[in-house]
Amino acid sequence: MKREIPLLIVGISGFAMLIQYFIPTDWSEFIFTYAQDWVIVIGILALPLGIWSLVKANVEKLKVPGERFYSAVLLIGFLVMVLTGLKRESLEYGTTFMTIFTNVLIPIQATIFSLLAFFIASAAYRAFRARSVLATILLLTAFIIMFRFIPLGPISTVNLSAVAWTLSVPNMAAKRAIMMGIGLGATATAIKIILGIERTYMGHD
Amino acid sequence: MRDFLEKMMLIDRRWIYLAIGLAVIIPAIKSFHVPVAVSPEVRKVYDFVDDAKPGEYIFLCFDYNPSTMAEMNPMAYAILNQAFNKDLKVILVTLDQFGAGMVEEIATRVAANHKKVLGEDYCFLGYRPYPAIVILAMGIDFRVPFPADYYGTPLDSMSVMQGIKNFYDVKGVIEITGGSTADFWIIYGNGRYDFPLALGLTGVMSADYYQYLQSGQIFGIIPGVKGAAEYETIVIFPGEGMARMPYQVIAHIVILLFIIISNVAYFASRKKKGKLGGGV
Amino acid sequence: MTTGQLILNGIAAFLTLCIFSFLYKDNPFYKFAERLVAGVATGYWTMLLYHTNFTDKVIEPIFINGQYHYIIPAVLGIMMWTRFSRKWSWISRYPIAFYIGIGSGVSITVYLYTYLFKQLQATISTPLTLDLAGLNALIIVIAVLSALIYFFFSSAHKGIFNVASRFGIYVIMIGFGAGFGLTVMGRVALLVQRIIFLRDYIVALFGG
Repeated sequence: MKREIPLLIVGISGFAMLIQYFIPTDWSEFIFTYAQDWVIVIGILALPLGIWSLVKANVEKLKVPGERFYSAVLLIGFLVMVLTGLKRESLEYGTTFMTIFTNVLIPIQATIFSLLAFFIASAAYRAFRARSVLATILLLTAFIIMFRFIPLGPISTVNLSAVAWTLSVPNMAAKRAIMMGIGLGATATAIKIILGIERTYMGHD
Repeated sequence: MRDFLEKMMLIDRRWIYLAIGLAVIIPAIKSFHVPVAVSPEVRKVYDFVDDAKPGEYIFLCFDYNPSTMAEMNPMAYAILNQAFNKDLKVILVTLDQFGAGMVEEIATRVAANHKKVLGEDYCFLGYRPYPAIVILAMGIDFRVPFPADYYGTPLDSMSVMQGIKNFYDVKGVIEITGGSTADFWIIYGNGRYDFPLALGLTGVMSADYYQYLQSGQIFGIIPGVKGAAEYETIVIFPGEGMARMPYQVIAHIVILLFIIISNVAYFASRKKKGKLGGGV
Repeated sequence: MTTGQLILNGIAAFLTLCIFSFLYKDNPFYKFAERLVAGVATGYWTMLLYHTNFTDKVIEPIFINGQYHYIIPAVLGIMMWTRFSRKWSWISRYPIAFYIGIGSGVSITVYLYTYLFKQLQATISTPLTLDLAGLNALIIVIAVLSALIYFFFSSAHKGIFNVASRFGIYVIMIGFGAGFGLTVMGRVALLVQRIIFLRDYIVALFGG
């Protein structure tokens, strides 16, 4: 019962959604509407799981000497946001809640990802070498694409045409082939889930 | 010379970080103008908004967060300014968990500049998790996932949402994203409901979406900060995209030089060791 | 900039430099900023979820609007919380099954349409004319077929199959090279935005 009923639910709901696509009647649209609406509500109520996990893990780390300070920083940040965001009006531009969002969250998040510029420069220098035919093709293509930023008059005009052709013909063809493979794989996985062959989402007993 | 090149191959990465850091500081001190040629895929997005008549609706989905706002903000500002300039009605939404605050600020600022009123000229639906399901639900009726807007006002009480039920009531959708929601909009949005869709993407992602452009599943792409600069050029909106192009030029020159030096050093060391090239 | 804005932007600039300090090596300033953003982000998302999602989709429909059918998905959502209990975690399989089943059923048709049918149609429907467009169309057909053959491992890559597969991997390398070239632009853009912010702050602080 612990595994059979969920498998049955997956099979019935999955099959219902599949055939609904091919039966455009009022009752099928009714089922489709309610299915999406209910899934949104289930999802909203499932999200506190992650929040609770993070808070619980950091409360436990308060007992660990090396991690105590940093866990306290995390929890204080969390509590400050919760306390300043108690009213719905706090979500509007200009409030304390949004001021902390703008002056703490935005700069830190943006800067963390800006580090990637340094890492890609380092990767380009240390690893991007024409060791083989394949690496050379990759390198030359990247070179053509990156060269378009350098304004060199007529050379730039020729380069821009080359870039446009590269992106819309060979690059497009490569990505299309990869996408078709992904689509087939994803479809196969969805069918396996509905038929009960794929059960990893249930976890272990 | 060869020994020097070999040493260059083993240089500490922090010197590389310093070089790229200095490279982007130069234009901060002394900037210069970079001419930008407009690509057809960006022009198609501009033309789509430009062809809309005053009072027509467009749906803008700003699904990005602070980690990609450097590339996405210029596009968002340019498109929203163009839409309000043309007196279009705008419906905004975000499907990114940290996007709501940024979108709210952008919408409030740009609307104030154009004297547009929330609830009459535009509506910000807010944020919902699980983009795929939300897109499917919006295709039935915007009120299914969003009975009220970001501020808690019921959609039925807003004049801008009167007679607007789903994607079939808007001219089209422009999605600006730095994440996987682009795929969801193509698969579940355009794939299910077949509405006109354009994408504003980060540089990292944009190479992966040209097949959808060629197949007609999307009608335009704004690729990264360069695409944003191109868009600003057509809209004649002096924004962050154009301002950042000099930095891109210098940084790209430096990185190209790194690649050239690295490969010269590599081939020089290979000759010295007398090894044959590896296979594929 | 007002004094208040200078102070707030000063905090943002300090936190930016804390993160940049990681480029030299990992240090307490970086760890502090990293944990701070995790806490602030979680707190932000919690209140956003509560006010705009939980209130609009659960509290108001059930307790204010009298739409009692929402009690069913609400109960299913609460059943997910049993995942924390070793003894009762099997209960969470029911809402997961509902969610997974609906998601899988909906996705089959749209995946096939988006990833397969439309792409196949676009590949073969462009006419092979005697001009640049026709040449490009021919290249696209050959390139897509070759790249697909490269990923086909049910037969050995021998003879003409091997030739097509080799051409396919060359095409894929062009795709990856294009991706790398655009990635550089994207990553640099992220750094530029922070540099401009720091420059503007320094100018405001010292330049007035």
